[in-house]
Amino acid sequence: MKRFLPLLIFLVLVLFLAVGLSLNPREVPSPLIGKAAPAFRLPLLQDPGRSFGTEDLKGKVWILNVWASWCTACLEEHPILVEFSKANVLPIYGLNYKDKHEDALKWLSEHGNPYAMSIEDGDGRVGIDYGVYGVPETYLIDGNGVIRYKRVGPVTPEILQNKILPMAKQFRG
Amino acid sequence: MIPELGHFSLIVALCIALTQAALPLLGAARGNTVWMSIARPAAQGQFVFVAFAFGCLAYAFVSNDFSVLNVATNSNSSLPWFYRFAATWGSHEGSLLLWVLMLSVWMVAVSAFSRHLPSEMVARILGVMALISIGFLLFMLFTSNPFQRLLPAAADGNDLNPLLQDPGMVIHPPMLYMGYVGFSVAFAFAIAALLGGKLDATWARWSRPWTTMAWIFLTVGIALGSAWAYYELGWGGWWLWDPVENASFMPWLVGTALMHSLAVTEKRGGFRVWTVLLAIIAFSLSLMGTFLVRSGVLTSVHAFATDPTRGIFILIFLVIVIGGSLALFAWRAPKVGLGGSFEFVSRESALLANNVLLLVAAASVMLGTLYPLFLDALGLGKLSVGPPYFESVFVPLMVPAVFLMGIGPIAKWKQAALPELATRLKWAFIIALVTALLLPFTLGKWTPMIAFGLLLALWVILATLLNLKQRVAQLRRTSGLGALTQLRAIPLGYYGMLVAHLGVAVFIIGVTLVKGYETEKDVRMQVGDTVEVGGYTFRLDGLAEVQGPNYEATRGSVAVLKNGRALRTLYPEKRFYRVQQMPMTEAAIDTGVARDLYVSLGEPVEGGAWVVRVYHKPFVDWIWGGAFIMALGGILAISDRRYRLARSAGRDAAASAKIVTA
Amino acid sequence: MKIAGALLLLMLYGIGLAREAPSAADDPALENRVMKLTSDLRCLVCQNQSLADSHADLAIDLKNQVRSQMRAGKSDAEIRNYMVARYGDFVLYDPPFKASTLLLWAGPFALLVLGLFVLAVYLRRRRRLVETELTPSEHARAQALLHGESEKSQ
Repeated sequence: MKRFLPLLIFLVLVLFLAVGLSLNPREVPSPLIGKAAPAFRLPLLQDPGRSFGTEDLKGKVWILNVWASWCTACLEEHPILVEFSKANVLPIYGLNYKDKHEDALKWLSEHGNPYAMSIEDGDGRVGIDYGVYGVPETYLIDGNGVIRYKRVGPVTPEILQNKILPMAKQFRG
Repeated sequence: MIPELGHFSLIVALCIALTQAALPLLGAARGNTVWMSIARPAAQGQFVFVAFAFGCLAYAFVSNDFSVLNVATNSNSSLPWFYRFAATWGSHEGSLLLWVLMLSVWMVAVSAFSRHLPSEMVARILGVMALISIGFLLFMLFTSNPFQRLLPAAADGNDLNPLLQDPGMVIHPPMLYMGYVGFSVAFAFAIAALLGGKLDATWARWSRPWTTMAWIFLTVGIALGSAWAYYELGWGGWWLWDPVENASFMPWLVGTALMHSLAVTEKRGGFRVWTVLLAIIAFSLSLMGTFLVRSGVLTSVHAFATDPTRGIFILIFLVIVIGGSLALFAWRAPKVGLGGSFEFVSRESALLANNVLLLVAAASVMLGTLYPLFLDALGLGKLSVGPPYFESVFVPLMVPAVFLMGIGPIAKWKQAALPELATRLKWAFIIALVTALLLPFTLGKWTPMIAFGLLLALWVILATLLNLKQRVAQLRRTSGLGALTQLRAIPLGYYGMLVAHLGVAVFIIGVTLVKGYETEKDVRMQVGDTVEVGGYTFRLDGLAEVQGPNYEATRGSVAVLKNGRALRTLYPEKRFYRVQQMPMTEAAIDTGVARDLYVSLGEPVEGGAWVVRVYHKPFVDWIWGGAFIMALGGILAISDRRYRLARSAGRDAAASAKIVTA
Repeated sequence: MKIAGALLLLMLYGIGLAREAPSAADDPALENRVMKLTSDLRCLVCQNQSLADSHADLAIDLKNQVRSQMRAGKSDAEIRNYMVARYGDFVLYDPPFKASTLLLWAGPFALLVLGLFVLAVYLRRRRRLVETELTPSEHARAQALLHGESEKSQ
């Protein structure tokens, strides 16, 4: 029966290739899920004299959204975030990634500000700590400061409804 | 109008392909000579229509017809005409058309050079090739139409990717595709043999030149790609183990195994089942390569813009062609029979060992290339497999194969004696070992890797020359002819083998020496500054702004001096392509047999200075030189007189019986 | 502006202020180490390039990270762990030895052993194959065919 061996090996290979078609080879899964969110303390976008950090959010469940004024995909998700922030269910904190101060402020005033607060990560160091590789990225962090979910790419209403909100409820208790 | 004609031409070609597949294959099964005789004219007709379609697309590119979507996406009016022509195959759709064109070229070649083959065989071969053509034509017409219109027409195009605006683009893809597609002939021969139930030494003799021809093209295609990466990327690398590179290398490895296996089937009638399987695998890997580049399952610098629907189509096509042929193999293989017996130590077993090593190497490359996909599909996380893995796995596998290259040709068919082999090769080994150990000292640095690489190369060279000496001595003993006559009496196939093996040795020397001895310096240069690398002095004499047809550039003038004497001036450029807004480095290389001097511009820094990278790469051109020598060996092999058609026509009728000579 | 600058520099050259060009990096040995390590790390925003080869923003940021960590005295292994902690195993071009990569690293060797074993078994079995001898009349027929005579003249 070893003459069927090449055929069998091939069919197994095809199976993997077929599954492969539905995968994205460039997506980088985050190793930080289930781990403590890296601590940071950065100046506020609107008031650079004051700073804001992860300790200030202990006990709260919150969303961290990485954005920039030069990022076109961020424009896609921004209205969704603005809408969501109006419901006042979960606070969204913005991480302004490798951006210019004036450009960022201008962008927010043009497109709306869903953020409870926005902080500046001018050189991207905090971004690296969070494993940011493409903007926009969104994280859900629980009351103990543990990252529970990461979304690479624009947030969609389905993701908010079906992933982020249920998880937030789960970790709030 | 012309694009529509091209599109229509493809549809006609598809209809011809359908006829070419159905009638000859059915005809061969039923013994219907009329149906079988359709094969040749159909193949020729298909070529005419595919070539015409290709011509239409090329015309659209060269004449800047931006109402064709493909032209608008990949070309620009400021692009020089020869790059506009090459842009015909610069996209997914265009390269598919190139694939089909190459296939039709091979079909015409088979139809012309097959008078000596029985008609069922020709019918089956062309029929199988037509089936493959049908698959690609359907794929093009349904998912990837190169003639799709863009209305309203664009004012100008997006330009060809600057990385592709290079002579390499004009020649590398056509050569490579001739190789990939050429293995379809060996594949078709194998399927024809399985369908007909007859597989013997004669079949091997017919199949061999086609396989070798495809192998030659693939060797040249891969070498050109590597050389192109070397001078284009600006930092002197020549092989990155990128998935698409691996996709071309795997068929090459299996194709090499196939050529060696065919030698045994031709001379001794053995390895038949194995040879047929190899022919199927080699072409299957070509098709797999097509899938990998276009489906988006792997990331690669070579990948085309991808679309999972296209991936599904190709995958289904793979299942039909490869699955079908492997199923046919499983069913019919037992009918094929065995060849002559041979001993544990013999040329046959050496060749079999060579095959095992090459196949394991190909499998390892595939394992490394697809492993990230395996893990991701199983949900076990995401991994990268890069050059460190491939190098640590591939090199140890090839070492025994190279070692066997010295032994195999000297071993006798059927039965060789180990002590005799050892005696003959003893001096070759000793001289190689001593030279390899001492040479690095004269070249400046000794490391185990350099010595080992030199040992392998010298072993192959000396064993090969020893083989030639023995053969000549044998001739002198048996015929008493003069030296020159003796040399001419030896068949070209033999010289082909010698030259190809020497090519491998040259390649190994190139890799060993460049890796062992290359030096580089990254410096900040102002006009007038000098830097010394590898015993040469490089002086930046000036910087100028130049205008190209579709780019602006800063061009440096770098004088090269040795011992104070000026040798030449190199002109590295940093270009900025206007349309795609993309910067590109054009390295300046002084090519030499013993070394390359490689200068490239980095970035401008303050004070009007530039970062300049200067490399001294000893013997680097021996890498591609070795590959071209291998290809030359292949050319000698197919020029062997036993493939001359006029003479063999009569002999074949008689030789069809299962009697083989040692 | 550039032309004027170039002319000025050419003049200076003429006056003989040419010199040995300084290294592009402030610390060539460090730079070497950075290049070596980053050529084994993947650029996450590129189509299969290493950090060393890439000019993408993130690649440059990460290269700077590597450089400053090396200056601070961190070892290669520590820096690699730093990257993996943030980006996962995907960032390494040299896949780590883990349970999930066992097949990858052991595979080629295992295949080789398997291949050679099958080969050895096959060769031994072939040796026992008895080749049938030709009968005298078959021998004669063979001679005739080899010399191109037709069968009818037998």
